[in-house]
Amino acid sequence: MSQPPALDIRSLRYAIGGATIIDDVTFSVAPGEMLGVIGPNGAGKTTLFNLISGIAVASSGTITLDGADVTSAPVHRRARAGLGRTFQTSSLFPALSVAENVRLAAQARLGGALSVVRAPRDSDAASGVAAERLAEVGLAHHAATTAGVLSHGDKRKLEIAMLLAADPAVILLDEPMAGVASGDVAGLGQVIRDVHRAGRTVLMVEHHLDVLLGLVDRVAVMHHGRLLAIGEPSEVVADPAVQAAYLGEAV
Amino acid sequence: MSTIVLLLVTGLGLGALYFLVASGLSLIYGLMGVLNFAHGSFLTLGAFAGFELARRLGGDSWPALIASLVLGSAVGALAAALTELLLIRRLYERHIEQVLVTVGLSLATVALFEGIWGTDPIYVSAPAWFGQTTELLGARIPNDRFVLIGVAALVLLGIVAFLRFTRYGLIIRAGVENRPMVTALGIDVRRAFTVVFAIGGAAAGLGGVLASHYFGYVSAQLGGSLLIFAFIVTVIGGLGSLSGAAIASVVVAVLQQFANFYWGVGDLVVVLLLAGVLLLRPAGILGKKVHA
Repeated sequence: MSQPPALDIRSLRYAIGGATIIDDVTFSVAPGEMLGVIGPNGAGKTTLFNLISGIAVASSGTITLDGADVTSAPVHRRARAGLGRTFQTSSLFPALSVAENVRLAAQARLGGALSVVRAPRDSDAASGVAAERLAEVGLAHHAATTAGVLSHGDKRKLEIAMLLAADPAVILLDEPMAGVASGDVAGLGQVIRDVHRAGRTVLMVEHHLDVLLGLVDRVAVMHHGRLLAIGEPSEVVADPAVQAAYLGEAV
Repeated sequence: MSTIVLLLVTGLGLGALYFLVASGLSLIYGLMGVLNFAHGSFLTLGAFAGFELARRLGGDSWPALIASLVLGSAVGALAAALTELLLIRRLYERHIEQVLVTVGLSLATVALFEGIWGTDPIYVSAPAWFGQTTELLGARIPNDRFVLIGVAALVLLGIVAFLRFTRYGLIIRAGVENRPMVTALGIDVRRAFTVVFAIGGAAAGLGGVLASHYFGYVSAQLGGSLLIFAFIVTVIGGLGSLSGAAIASVVVAVLQQFANFYWGVGDLVVVLLLAGVLLLRPAGILGKKVHA
C-alpha cells in the first residue's frame, strides 16, 4: 500500500471581488520531497501558500494534508495537523527573546491542554526542545538576545529553528532568502537542506533561482494564477512556455 | 506643602482607578485590536455586585469590603468573558462592527442598570477607617487613597507576572506582536482572547468596587464617566502598552487634580494633553508604531 501524498491539491480556485487569483491548480507533493514554486510577480505564489496554510479559504477545489481534507480547516488546526510556514515579511516576535520565540513554537507542539497559570520553566520539555533547536541552527549563544536586534541572516535562522521546534511534516517557506546578505545565502541554503534531510516535505517560494534550482527535487511554475509547468528543474527551465512567461522579466 | 502632598496622593488614587480600567482596554486592544466601549459596564456591574453583597453582609465591616472586592472582580471577569465569547468572537477582525456592538452593549447595560437600581446615586458604606485620614508630611490624606494605590500596584504586578511567567502570558505577548504567526504555529489564539477579556474585566470590576468607595456612591453612569478618561490614558500611554497605561494613568490623574484645584480646569487640561500627545507622538508614550 502506497503512502498518501504529503500534500495534494485538486482543482484549486480562489477568486475575490470578481478577480480569479488562483485558477484550477492541481498538483501533489510526495512525503520528503522538496518543491520549489516560482513565477513572475503577481503569479499567485503567496496566495497559493495562504490557501494551503488556511489564511485564505479556497473558493473551490480541495487541499489534502497527509490524507486528511483540510480545505476549510482554520489555520491553527492545519498547523496541528503538521503544517508549518514562514511569512515573506517576518515570522518572528521581535520583542521576545530568541529563546522565547522558539519556546512558543515548542509549547504549541507539546502543549495539549494549556494550563492558564503554569509557568514555562527552564527545565520543562518545551524549553528543552527550544534549546536543542537553537543549537541546531547555530543560535544557542543568542538565546537571551531580543529577536528584533538579530542580523537578517540570524533572523531567518531563528525562523527555521521555530519551524523545527514546531516539528511540522510539511513546511512552506515563503522567500526564505529575501533580504539575506549574499554571504549568508549559502549558509541558509545548507540549513534548509538539513531541515529537508530530516524527512520533512518542503515547499519553497524563492526568487533566487540559482539557489532554489540547486536545492529542490521539482519545481512548479505559476503564471497568472495557473500552474504553467511542474517537473524536474532542468526540464522546466528548458520548457518554452516557461521561458515565454519569464520573457522580459529579470530572472 | 500639605496641599501639594494631598493633591499628589489623591491624584495617585484617581490614577489607580484609571489604571484598573485602562489596563484591560490596553491589553484587549493590543492583542485583538478591539476598542471595547463596553468596558465601563464591567466596572459598573462589578460595583453594583459589590454593593449588593456588602449590604447583605452588614455594610461597613472589613470582611464585607473584602468579599465585595472579590465578588466585584469575579463578576467583572465573567461579564467580560461572556461578552468576548458571545459577541466579539463572532466579529473577529470586523472592527467597525465590534465598535458598534460594544457601544450598543454599553448603552443597553446602562439602561438595564438604571432599570434595576434607579437613576439616583446609591451611597455606599465602608469600614470607618476608610473615611478617616492619615497624616503624611503634614497633609491629612483620606485612607481610601492608600487602598486604591496599593490595589492598583498589586494588579499591575500581577498582570506583569502573568504575562512574563506563564505559558498564556507568552502567547499573549507574542500575539500582540504577530498574531498570524501565533496561529500558524498551531495555537488557537481565540482562547487567549477570552483570557485577556476576563483579566481586563476582573480589573475593571475591582476598580468598580473601589471607585464606589472613592466617590462614595455607585450609579449606572459610574463606568461611563471613568471609561472616557481610561481611554484617554490608554491612548496617551500607547495603545497596547501596559506600562504605558500605568505611567499615563498617574500623569493624567495628578495633572487633573492640580489643574482642578488651582484653576478648575482639570478636564480641559487632560484633553489638551491628549491633543498634544496625538500631535507630537501619535503612538503614545510607550506605544510602538501606529498600525492601520
